[in-house]
Amino acid sequence: MIQLKVNGKSQSFQGDSGMPLLWYLRDVLGLTGTKFGCGASLCGACTVHRNGKAIRSCVTPMSSLAGSEITTIEGIGTGGQLHPVQKAWIEANVPQCGYCQPGQIMQAISLLAKTPKPTDEQIETGMQGNICRCGTYQRIRAAIKAAAGVQS
Amino acid sequence: MSVITNVSRRGFITGLVGAGAFVLSARYLPEALWAEDAGLMSALGKSVLHPDIFLGIEADGTVHIVAHRSEMGTTTRTSLPMVAADYLDADWKRVKLEQAIGDPKYGDQSTDGSYSIRSFYGGMRQTGATARTMLIQAAAQQWKVPATECSTDLHAVVHKASGRKLGYGELAAAASQLPVPKKEELLFKKKSEWRYIGKGTKSFDIKGIVNGSAVFGMDATMPSMVYASVEHSPVIGGTLKSYDDKAPLQVPGVRQTVTIDPFKPPAVFKPLGGVAVIADNTWAAFQGRKKLNAVWDSGPNASFNSDDYKKELQQTARQVGNVIRNEGDAESVFAKGGDIFEADYYVPLLAHAPMEPLVAVAEFKDGKCATWCPTQNPQAVQETLAQELGIAKEDVTCHVTLLGGAFGRKSKPDYVAEAAVLSKKLGKPVKVVWSREDDIQFGYYNAVAAMYMKAAIDAQGKPTAWLQRSVFPPIASTFNPEAVHGEAGDLQQGWTDIPYSIPNLRVENGNAKAHVRIGWLRSVANIYHGFAVQSFSDELAHRAKRDPVEYLLELLGPARKVDLKAFGYPNYDGSADDYPLDTARLRNVVELVAEKSGWGKRKPGSGSGMGIAVHRSFLTYVATVVEVHVNDSGEVSIPRVDTVVDAGLVVNPEATRSQFEGAAVFGTSIVRSGEITARNGAIEQSNFDGYPVARIDEAPRQTNVHIVENDAPPAGVGEPGVPPFAPAMCNAIFAATGTRVRELPLTRNKLGKA
Repeated sequence: MIQLKVNGKSQSFQGDSGMPLLWYLRDVLGLTGTKFGCGASLCGACTVHRNGKAIRSCVTPMSSLAGSEITTIEGIGTGGQLHPVQKAWIEANVPQCGYCQPGQIMQAISLLAKTPKPTDEQIETGMQGNICRCGTYQRIRAAIKAAAGVQS
Repeated sequence: MSVITNVSRRGFITGLVGAGAFVLSARYLPEALWAEDAGLMSALGKSVLHPDIFLGIEADGTVHIVAHRSEMGTTTRTSLPMVAADYLDADWKRVKLEQAIGDPKYGDQSTDGSYSIRSFYGGMRQTGATARTMLIQAAAQQWKVPATECSTDLHAVVHKASGRKLGYGELAAAASQLPVPKKEELLFKKKSEWRYIGKGTKSFDIKGIVNGSAVFGMDATMPSMVYASVEHSPVIGGTLKSYDDKAPLQVPGVRQTVTIDPFKPPAVFKPLGGVAVIADNTWAAFQGRKKLNAVWDSGPNASFNSDDYKKELQQTARQVGNVIRNEGDAESVFAKGGDIFEADYYVPLLAHAPMEPLVAVAEFKDGKCATWCPTQNPQAVQETLAQELGIAKEDVTCHVTLLGGAFGRKSKPDYVAEAAVLSKKLGKPVKVVWSREDDIQFGYYNAVAAMYMKAAIDAQGKPTAWLQRSVFPPIASTFNPEAVHGEAGDLQQGWTDIPYSIPNLRVENGNAKAHVRIGWLRSVANIYHGFAVQSFSDELAHRAKRDPVEYLLELLGPARKVDLKAFGYPNYDGSADDYPLDTARLRNVVELVAEKSGWGKRKPGSGSGMGIAVHRSFLTYVATVVEVHVNDSGEVSIPRVDTVVDAGLVVNPEATRSQFEGAAVFGTSIVRSGEITARNGAIEQSNFDGYPVARIDEAPRQTNVHIVENDAPPAGVGEPGVPPFAPAMCNAIFAATGTRVRELPLTRNKLGKA
């Protein structure tokens, strides 16, 4: 049995310990904000936080998560309020189809935690693992800068 | 044109709005019936036995508007109802959208071809104005004043003279009792009174998207559903010889395996056939599939190899094909000899790769089927599932979720049919989830194409004769395996409509047999046609030692409306009167993009260059300037893109800018790395490693979108940004390096000095 916390709530998992966190979140817990895009850590749609740092849930087996605190897009806001990065996403009107955006937001929050005032190059390095096929990168960049309070 | 009916008193609407609500339905008429023949209209009006809710107002003032087109990121689900809301003079904050199920009563729901706004702007406008007019009439009756003394002010009717005001909710019951006014009585808001049109709003769904609550197809569930992952023949048309039905059952959570019969050609949107692994969750189904050890008889397409196929296409492109437009006598000009210039261009198969892989939930029960799926075309879902299940299409209910990207792939519901067929076999709801590998390997690809271009050049460096010939396996092959030529619908896309002023002009198309399913991808044939025409134009400019912008303007020639009827041009179903091919608008976008980009004024440094291309598609005129930098290792970066868009009336400028920013990224993917290849009939790429799409550090750093203010009828915005991008970028690469890119993607070209 694997004990972990998801969005602050204690959970215990007894299934196939090789199952990636992504499918536990989606198919078992019904937390569908975390998306399936590639299954191979190539696109970032499945990004969540483990102990505050971005990970790709599609390649993170449950066996590696004992004692971990997992935060998903559903749990990143506080007290019914959106996280400032989520608000910046709305302000900059980032999404088109929106499917990759939970992963983008989780990655951006992790980036800003480590690099509070990122340069363009740091944004590119920090976000290059997250694909947006609609091509909203320019607005993602603007939203990250706005959330960080740096000039575009 | 729409027939609008007051359906407030019909009982079947109670699911959506409460009693006493004011509800109008609009029934779209096919274009052929647009003639305002009173007899015809009333006959059609009477035939509307089950008109659907289109716009309703409840007693609390809530306005419901049905969104009948699919939302895949273009904001169409928001922008179309916004038009109705504006003409109603409604408060957008009090509008709720209801996504329509698939049903022919909504008119065309096939969300592609950049059609949504131009096809339904008029109907939305008329419906909103009708409701507003009736609310004004209801208030005037209550106040016993002439309706002409009344007006509206954000969700309320006002009588200025007496200072009286009634909210729409308060008037809904009275308005629901009124007859629908005649069209000439309708009160249309003036342009100066628009609140939303031309200004735009954010997507209705934006909050749900950023907080994770938005429901995409991948997120749809049904009680007691099982999960399925389907193994297909690696070669299209192959059949299953054997598989291991025991080993998958060793995987925890796997319940059983089920076969699906192979499709009988033509492919259309039928399930491919194969073996499904049924499990308690997606992961178990994926794992079980790895143990199937399926063995296939590949069939005739096993001979398909992309390298050989490319040579075949290029050979065909060098032979006379079907002549589809011919002005003057290009052949005799060429026969005279002189300065003749030829070039071959090539664009490979392209996959859609939307971020949401294909997925569908379906339940077959008591002879009927319900599905929740991300589809661009819910009526095609109905038709396809009805055929596969042997039921009437009226017995297929298609609920449309949000689409996690689509780009044309989700117009083809083969994946939905898989879920339905499996549900029928298993007797329970099934969710079919395609892996990314399935998505890349079992696409309806944009056609691989070879283009041959030839021009006779005069002493000034200008073409006196021009021949262009394209060869590609046509979309029609998916519906008829014998089809080998492009149809008018393919050839209209940047080929027969070449807008140049050249006295001897010949346009041809050669034959090519398909070995994979060919479909349509964002801007379709415009991608390869636009690449060839705009690259060749740039080559001629440099050959003549002329500035590419000046040269392009000379090719476009004087401002004029090209005679489309002379060569039977379909014009994307737009009439030549409403949507002429107007070279003045092409010239205007070229001149504007040159100005906005600083063409000729900004001097890119060493290793940098700017390139231009212009293209009309989906009735929209677009010119794009791309600036690139190429380093000594041949790595290309894109510091800046400028795009000028003339799409006629633009309903949602913010969403339109997003579409063109995105098109630049989509185009970047095509140029950098977009290539699907086959070996022995099987697709060689399988995920974003083998089929990379542009990432943030590879995309344009800054794309400036300039929208031309124009009151011409609205045209498309979802696709037209794509076609000019690739040639503009490759023309920029030439300016930067002297290397001409005639074959996409860049990985086929050597740019570095090393």
